[in-house]
Amino acid sequence: MTALALPLDAEAIRELRSGDSVLLSGPLVTGRDAAHARFAEAVEGGGRLPFDPAGETLYFVGPTPARPGHAIGAAGPTTASRMDAWSPLLVERGLRGMIGKGRRSEVVKEAMLEHGCVYFGAIEGTAALLSQCVVSAEVIAYPDLGAEAVHRLEVREFPALVVNDLHGGDLYRDGPARWRRASP
Amino acid sequence: MREIPVDEVADTVRRLCVEANHELRGDHVDALRRARATERSPIGQEVLDRLLANAEVSAREQIAFCQDTGYAVCFLEIGQDVHFTGGSLAAALDRGVAEGYREGYLRASLVRSPVDRTNTGDNTPAMVHYDLVEGDGVRLTLLVKGAGCDNMSALRMLTPAAGAEGMRRFVVETIEAAGPSASPPVTVGIGMGGTFDRAAVLAKKALTREPTGSPSPDPKLAELEAELVETINATGIGPAGFGGTVTTVAVHVEAYPTHIAAFPVAVNLDCHSHRVRTVTL
Repeated sequence: MTALALPLDAEAIRELRSGDSVLLSGPLVTGRDAAHARFAEAVEGGGRLPFDPAGETLYFVGPTPARPGHAIGAAGPTTASRMDAWSPLLVERGLRGMIGKGRRSEVVKEAMLEHGCVYFGAIEGTAALLSQCVVSAEVIAYPDLGAEAVHRLEVREFPALVVNDLHGGDLYRDGPARWRRASP
Repeated sequence: MREIPVDEVADTVRRLCVEANHELRGDHVDALRRARATERSPIGQEVLDRLLANAEVSAREQIAFCQDTGYAVCFLEIGQDVHFTGGSLAAALDRGVAEGYREGYLRASLVRSPVDRTNTGDNTPAMVHYDLVEGDGVRLTLLVKGAGCDNMSALRMLTPAAGAEGMRRFVVETIEAAGPSASPPVTVGIGMGGTFDRAAVLAKKALTREPTGSPSPDPKLAELEAELVETINATGIGPAGFGGTVTTVAVHVEAYPTHIAAFPVAVNLDCHSHRVRTVTL
């Protein structure tokens, strides 16, 4: 397990390798389908993004409502490929990390390699465990989107695996290839 | 004639929504434990350990074990001698879902239509399948179905010539295409036969078989299920898709008569957060 501070350090992420387990601590932002559609509208319409992507880490999540006394409800990752159409917009503007689940498109992977962005896989379906790593949560944009609003989270020892590193490694490609057997 | 107040149905649905989202069914926990015992990849073992730990925290802290608290799918087998009283049954099912999702701090995840994506606000409507059966009982099954795995499901109209082998290929193709996105280890519901529409409903209903991994009473189908488990696990996709030897914990196949020219097959995938409850009213 490698402890990794957020915001991610551009040099530190060069050391990461696909398959590494990391514990992330610090601030990140959240966004999923509806928020990404608005990011794209903002960029294309010459407007402003609700946060500066440079050096930022973006977590694809739409949490359940928080119970009283909790920072957040269940908060596991959603399928990242639905954000593929929009991710390059943010990666080109300096986004340094993304957290989600599932494979990314070739276009996104190329953009990540070119601009220095790492994709982490959080374990889907461990949303109760992950919610306990969230110290605070605050809506910073699009409150009308409810669970899909953009939040600023402060996380502590949030567990994830490096999926796409900066050297071409891809855990979703290399992991299954290693364990594949001839069909019985 | 037996009378059942619709309020009783609403209250049952409310309770099941809360329970299914917070307590992973015991037999499914057992299936994940068996997976942990056989998984050979260290990362896969870690994933399964976390899933089991998550189930404990979820039940103890009453935090949903997955943030995608899904569609509320209701299967109702209604005895023909039952008369529902006190209002609309359909409205009672929706009321149960709305109350359960509010009470359980569960996410409202439904939008008005694919093109008008305004959230309905209370996770309604319930997705309901009614079957009329003999007798005066009601069997109600709630399946809380996440979209991640539903999105990776597929239906194909095979030809009779494709046969069982063609069906197997289609199932594995679906699993491979889903990869990590269906959140393995998955439960695989397969509906074959009937019509285009019936195959899909059968596949979804197949997911609700209890306990997870129990074989079909039809020996031929049971054999097919066991073979498919082996074939799917040979893909190497593994827990969470990070690579490993366990990609599925159970394959449930349901079959139905079909046309001489037809071989419909539907494959409905369910993630490891398997949320199913069946009760008899």
